[in-house]
Amino acid sequence: MTFRMKLLAGMCALLSFVGGVALATSPAPTQATTELPRHQVPASKDGNLVVGMCDGETSLEVKGVKEGQKLTREQAMRVSGDLMDAWRKKNPDANWDPTPPPVLAQAPKQPTQGTPNPPAGVQKPAVGSSVREGGITADSGGKQVRKEAGVNIQDGQTYGAFTSRDEAIWAASTEQFVKEGHRVFHDAEALGGTVAISCDMCHPDAANTHPETYPKYQVQLGRVALLRDMINWCIENPVRGIPLADGDPRLRAMEAYIYAQRKGTKLDYGKK
Amino acid sequence: MGNKFRSIETKHHEERDAFFEQLQRLDRRAFLRVAGISAGIAAGMGLRTPHGFQLVNVAEAQGTKPRFSFAYISDTHLYEQKLNDRFVRSILKAVDDVNGLDPQPDFVLFGGDLAQLGQAGELKLGAQILKSVKAPVRMMVGEHDWFLDMGELWRDLFGAPNYAFDHKGVHFVVLNSIHEKDFWTERKLSPMERMKIVAGLDNGIQSRFEVGNEQREWMRQDLAKVDKKTPIIVFSHSPLYKYYRPWNFWTDDADEVQALLRPFERVTVIHGHTHQMLSNQIGNISFHGMLSTAWPWPYAPEGLPKLTVQMNRPDPFSQFDGCGDGRMEVTEAGLVNKLYNLWERNPITVRASYLTSNGKQDAPPQTKLPSY
Repeated sequence: MTFRMKLLAGMCALLSFVGGVALATSPAPTQATTELPRHQVPASKDGNLVVGMCDGETSLEVKGVKEGQKLTREQAMRVSGDLMDAWRKKNPDANWDPTPPPVLAQAPKQPTQGTPNPPAGVQKPAVGSSVREGGITADSGGKQVRKEAGVNIQDGQTYGAFTSRDEAIWAASTEQFVKEGHRVFHDAEALGGTVAISCDMCHPDAANTHPETYPKYQVQLGRVALLRDMINWCIENPVRGIPLADGDPRLRAMEAYIYAQRKGTKLDYGKK
Repeated sequence: MGNKFRSIETKHHEERDAFFEQLQRLDRRAFLRVAGISAGIAAGMGLRTPHGFQLVNVAEAQGTKPRFSFAYISDTHLYEQKLNDRFVRSILKAVDDVNGLDPQPDFVLFGGDLAQLGQAGELKLGAQILKSVKAPVRMMVGEHDWFLDMGELWRDLFGAPNYAFDHKGVHFVVLNSIHEKDFWTERKLSPMERMKIVAGLDNGIQSRFEVGNEQREWMRQDLAKVDKKTPIIVFSHSPLYKYYRPWNFWTDDADEVQALLRPFERVTVIHGHTHQMLSNQIGNISFHGMLSTAWPWPYAPEGLPKLTVQMNRPDPFSQFDGCGDGRMEVTEAGLVNKLYNLWERNPITVRASYLTSNGKQDAPPQTKLPSY
């Protein structure tokens, strides 16, 4: 038996042992999991395709398409339209945006036509739905916003329906992100440096980082650079660490911090 | 395979090497020709070369002849060598510079912040390196040397942080301007936490620098013995005026200290801490900043003195750019011409006449790329 074969045999033995242990101990789950509700669609007598809807109740048999076949785009659009109609019939009061009407510059005080958006009335999920009651919906705070701002306000699903509290939360999360960047910027270890140098030693308050000038041709690199290229250059050289990956949370946070320090500065890409 | 891109530094050094190679091939006559041409070019660019190279200036105004000179090394911010050799290389370069000066300076001022975090290994390393300076060394303390053990080891190594001496008719006062009001006891900070807070510029936690009552009283008594016509040169680590408070480019009782200096005819303050070319004139007092060997600081977003000619933006791709050391030439009149020996750049002199004429005479070369 050569050494290589011995090694191979040894490894096989080890692996089978580990596998055995895993089998002997495995099926007990480490966490108690609750079964998620599943939508069991009724089977078609003719073997047609049956499509279920996300409410967990409604389903539709697609005539002329067998189970396992693919729907064309036209067929799929027809199916989803039919399902949506069925759902609306069941839930006449549900909060659902109608196809948006042409936008008015100023919404009239009293809408004279069309349904109010979101429709008035108590918002209740359909009976038996798996949707949890409460929590944030598209309408959360929407009424409050109208009260705060008076009624002469346009509706809007994403930005129109948030309160000043929501906005405070956004601002706080942004600050938190910036603060994390401040921490990394001032911490040689967090930067992965090996010579105890941190960014703030040369750039107090991120001075002289001039993020507003990027992208620009960085003559020493011989190519066009972004702010993050220079951050990484500094990490590699004076800081003597390993450059961070593009998605590294530390790099993202530092970018946030550096930009935050230059609030109000005119963007001037390419500036020498 | 090689990188085709050559940096500015590489090109500069290649040109320089080529130049010196050619020089070696010259005979005497050709040498004189080259020397004449290069001197002419230097004069044309308005450059003032260091003393050893200085062309004889026949029309020297009275009192501007040099009386003596001293050199400086400042803000070396040493870590222990096994942690960081970069800053060690820099101080060694500065020591080579001052040892290479011809004529030798009468003494070398060390401008403070020898250590980065006031630790024994850092201060002792610095003390060891400074022993190889040929000229006598005059020490000044910086906040990075002080706030770990409140100056205990520094005093053991170098003696009292504030003292006065006379040299060739000039009265020198060395201050410890980096006292801070207690911000640590209430916060229950460890000595190292206190040190690290002081070591950062951009935190609002630490107090502002001050010379303090006790030391001002000492200074008042010391200056009482000095004739008002005697030129005074003060060394302080922080600038003895109010430049930019958020970064502690600042001395809180600067006005009081300046008041003590007002009765004298000729006063110059030489300070460290700001790591940049920095000039100011307040009444009878001229101020000169010193360069760091470790890194340059950016210019503060506000409060920059009007007379300051900014140094061109440092190139982060060069370890030494924006750093350096320098020399002060004390004139017969007792004023100071300050030479910034910027590494890898032409030296720049900020002359006493520039400051005392409020910028009307002898302006140093202008900034090409000022701060963002």
